[in-house]
Amino acid sequence: MERGSGRGARKWAVELHDANNTSSSRDAPPDPIGFSRSTVDPEETTSGKQKKENEANWKKQKAWEVAQAPAKNLMMMGFMMWMAGSTVHLFSIGITFSALWQPVSALQSIGKVFEPFQDAKTSTLLPKLLFVALNFAAMGLGLWKLNTLGLLPTHASDWLSNLAPAQSVEFSGGGLPLLL
Amino acid sequence: MRHWIGCFVKGIRIFGEARGGWMVVAMASPRLLLLVVAVALFLSSPCHAIYEDQVGVRDWHQQYIGRVKHAVFQTQGAGRKRVVVATEENALASLNLRTGEIYWRHVFGATDSIDALEVSMGKYVITLSKGHIVRAWHLPDGALLWETRIHANLGFNLGLVKMPVDIDDDKINDLLVFSGSFLTAISGADGTLLWQVDAAASKNIFIEKVVLPTEESKAYGVGFYGINGLALVEIDLKTGDLSELKTAETAGILSTDHLHVTKDFAVALHSDAENLVVALINPSSESLTLVETPVRSLLTNPGTTLKLLSTKLEGAISLSSDDQTVILAVDSSSGKLSLVERLTGAVTVSDSLSVLDEKHATAMIEFSVEGNAQNVFNLRVHGTDFSDEIQKETVKLPSHRGLVQKVFLNAYVRTDRSHGFRALVVGEDDSLSLLQQGEVVWTREDGLASIVEATTAELPLERDGVSVAEVEHDLAEWLKGHIMKLKATLFLATPDELAAVQKARLNLADKTKPTRDHNGFRKLLLVLTKSGKISALHTGDGHVVWSLLVPSLRASYGGPAFVPRKLLQWQVPHQHALDENPVVLIIAQADPGYDVKSALSWVDAHKGTELQSVKLSFPVMRVVSIPLTDSSEQRLHLLIDNLRRGHLFPATEESLALFLKYKENAYFYEVDDADQKMHGYGMKDLVDPNLVDIKEGYVFETEKLWSIVFPSETEAITAVVTRRPDEVSHTQTKVLPNRDVLFKYLNKNLVFVATVTPKNKDVVGTANPEDSTLVAYLIDTVSGRILHRISHPNMQGPVHAVVSENWVVYHYFNLRQRRYEMSVLEIYDQSRLPDKGVVQLMLGQHNSSVPISSYSPINLEVKGQSYYFTFTLKSMAVTSTAKGITAKQLLLGTVTDQVLALDKRLFDPRRTPTPTPAELEEGLLPLTDSIPINPQSYLTHSYQVEGLRGMLTIPARLESTSLVFAYGLDLFYTHTAPSKIYDSLTEDFSYALLLITIIALLVAIVVTYVLSERRELAEKWK
Repeated sequence: MERGSGRGARKWAVELHDANNTSSSRDAPPDPIGFSRSTVDPEETTSGKQKKENEANWKKQKAWEVAQAPAKNLMMMGFMMWMAGSTVHLFSIGITFSALWQPVSALQSIGKVFEPFQDAKTSTLLPKLLFVALNFAAMGLGLWKLNTLGLLPTHASDWLSNLAPAQSVEFSGGGLPLLL
Repeated sequence: MRHWIGCFVKGIRIFGEARGGWMVVAMASPRLLLLVVAVALFLSSPCHAIYEDQVGVRDWHQQYIGRVKHAVFQTQGAGRKRVVVATEENALASLNLRTGEIYWRHVFGATDSIDALEVSMGKYVITLSKGHIVRAWHLPDGALLWETRIHANLGFNLGLVKMPVDIDDDKINDLLVFSGSFLTAISGADGTLLWQVDAAASKNIFIEKVVLPTEESKAYGVGFYGINGLALVEIDLKTGDLSELKTAETAGILSTDHLHVTKDFAVALHSDAENLVVALINPSSESLTLVETPVRSLLTNPGTTLKLLSTKLEGAISLSSDDQTVILAVDSSSGKLSLVERLTGAVTVSDSLSVLDEKHATAMIEFSVEGNAQNVFNLRVHGTDFSDEIQKETVKLPSHRGLVQKVFLNAYVRTDRSHGFRALVVGEDDSLSLLQQGEVVWTREDGLASIVEATTAELPLERDGVSVAEVEHDLAEWLKGHIMKLKATLFLATPDELAAVQKARLNLADKTKPTRDHNGFRKLLLVLTKSGKISALHTGDGHVVWSLLVPSLRASYGGPAFVPRKLLQWQVPHQHALDENPVVLIIAQADPGYDVKSALSWVDAHKGTELQSVKLSFPVMRVVSIPLTDSSEQRLHLLIDNLRRGHLFPATEESLALFLKYKENAYFYEVDDADQKMHGYGMKDLVDPNLVDIKEGYVFETEKLWSIVFPSETEAITAVVTRRPDEVSHTQTKVLPNRDVLFKYLNKNLVFVATVTPKNKDVVGTANPEDSTLVAYLIDTVSGRILHRISHPNMQGPVHAVVSENWVVYHYFNLRQRRYEMSVLEIYDQSRLPDKGVVQLMLGQHNSSVPISSYSPINLEVKGQSYYFTFTLKSMAVTSTAKGITAKQLLLGTVTDQVLALDKRLFDPRRTPTPTPAELEEGLLPLTDSIPINPQSYLTHSYQVEGLRGMLTIPARLESTSLVFAYGLDLFYTHTAPSKIYDSLTEDFSYALLLITIIALLVAIVVTYVLSERRELAEKWK
């Protein structure tokens, strides 16, 4: 009873009664008689194939473009960081943290970013890898900046700066006599 | 996680230590937050200096004069009624007789004691100091008119007499000073010396007293003649000629303690106290007549300690013996003595006061019946011959005033032309009260001028059921107050409103609440005074919460008087804060010559009652507060006696068990500044408790472990300073800008000892730079190890020092440059540097929190630097905060009696003339040869703390703030925040402005939202 079940055998077909009363089609008005959504113009199939190829290429290209986008950002970030200087203040901390946050958020939404370019034919694995690598590079830049600001705990001092004073084993008191 | 905390603390430090302008860079962050931050920054003022209208908000200042010893009333004339007083603390003051307020006050030097006080011509106050300095002061305003130094023998009977003659014809009566053998006449107008005679050289008498007869230009000097004679000499006041020496001798030796002289007779006591000798001063007779009267014929039981009192009575003498006071009338023609009054118990007799018609009045104050909270005194005023009683009053004084020690009588004329009397009395606690018509008109707490030691106690927690004055205003009033404040900020307020704002600020109701507050600003200051009184002052406004004249320290008949020496924290409840009160321990030393050598007294710091007291048969030489508390949070104390045995308190089984476990690690040391030695001792065995009186504590034997002998011919100990035992340090490391780490040497058992060349050790200006050297030592008091020794040639004392954390700052005099200098020493422990990598440290593998022993090997690095400094100092202290995170300030008590607060950053041995940018960023200052003093650094701003002796710093609960209490003759209290107030909004923060800003923003948001909705709708309909 499926609408496109005999698509290969018949040129056209009219289904006079619509047995498909699923919830999705209930709201929309029924298609006009003789109209089939899945019908493809036979003349157009060859050029359609080409178009599909074009589209795949285009998608691929776009995917690579998207994957390379963080590189531009990288340059921009580098410039901003250079502007921010190496002393700890509000501006440099903000820049650094946004530099750290951007790659993280980009990586979190990696699926979404590449979704439009993903289909059975186009593989987005390589662009994704590039994207990940570039974001990691951006994050590395952020970490490097964090380090130059002295906010990474890479020195002994970072682990000892709040070390509580050690207890003394012995205790002594006294001094000058109370008598005057 | 740790590193974020590190970042946070680093942030605090940056905020705290960056003292320059704050650079706030606007950036994409939540706008509102930014605005709030900006508003907060705009409104918070730098707290280092205060504005004029902030005076009195956090600080208070009280002026005292000390125990009064001379008083002269000035009540005649139309001017303001006043009394001029001179005190044991060498203060001269003019007090308002109606209120007791100080009109003016002068504090003389520590050795410049006032021997005599007179008011001349109704407008000049004349003082005699140390027998040879005569000064005249203008009575209305206290201005010094003139000062004269005269030649005098020190240590003799001194006196000042207003002469009835005017020698130099300047319409101002001249003055006669007698001190020992010298008689000196001084011009009353300008202090010019008119004449001087040496009575000892010319007539061989030491004049005890000069009396003025009624006739003009003549006076009589009365004194001892040899050891058993009395002499009378006539003095021509115009020329100073001595004539007509009359002498008379008795069989026995006379007691030279006191010679009672009036214008008709002189009375002396034999040194065996058996006979009284009356010498009749009769100008017409040829010789001096002596009349001897055996004491036993007058008194049936004269007692063992009979002595003449120095009270100046007319026609009578007073004697004291044991616990009785005797008044004998003297017949001026025959020299016969007769008993007038014999009083037992505490009696005080005033000097005779001459009232109209050759009549005299004398006040006697007797202690009557002890009431519950009040002592009752009978004030009796007698007439000329002591037989009649002119006035009798009963006066009640609070029991913490003790017995009346001194009384000064003054008369006034009532509306019905009769005489009324008022009496100024000095209490046992050194307070001064004016009594009139049976009432106490006013009282001055002048005992607070002589604080021996001060400490602090927490106030009680706020509890349900504890009635606390209603202090919270309702919201409308609160808002109104803040709106007024806002108007004041925006210069829109009227003068009336400004005054109201200022009044509200000064009288913040919750400032003086008797309970603990969240910020830890409200505390009790416990002060122990010389008179044996302990008082609790509220830090809010300095009012006295309670006072106690400690009963067990009062002198009693047949027992010793006690001199209070130390005030210690005995019990500081933390776990039991709700049901236990803090307790302090007072250690007092008995007068010599009694079996009882010292006394301990425990006082409840909330109620002000004595809980317990013990009289000890050994003198307490040193006290060691052991860092152990028993189950009721009483701190263990070890009292070291003169045989160097330790007495453990509290004397309970529990504390003994605790101490026996700890004994191996308890030590004490002594500094012998007479022999220039230091000794260290360790604890040995417990003496069998059955052999000792357990009330005097468990006794431990000690053994000497080490000695340091300073070369006594070149070094004399002048300063011994330790860290505060309760000081808290936050961390043991210091991180440098290059991220290296230094370990502070935080040894609690560190003592700083300074020695100077003994010759002229404390006198500036007499020593030769080449022979003077100052040597500073850092000594571990457990092992006796000298950790560091530094010698400063050409320097001399006096040395003032302060030790805190791992540094010492000390102040001394540079003889070569003739300037004061200050040096800093910072001690770092190289042996604790971690040899492990970062990864291991991340995993917590370090040995830096292992307890350290004084016997373990050390490798110290001591860095030092010296700077010139402008001022002479009286005392030094350092701020203390709750967690020890905040930077420190040094508090310097200057010679001008002000308190100067200087950042520790100024005393940093890492300062260089050209610091690197990283060091500058860290807050390191470029090196300068002297310490700059900013006038805004004075904590005392416009006040002076006269006679500044000590400073106490108390941590508040807010980490940024340290409370400072400075005491001397005056008391001063304030807050200081060495790194600015970073953990709370400042007192002048405008909540109203913040509220209005928020409301305005909310309104703007709503309005713009509505507008944009409308516009969108309109767009859609187009």
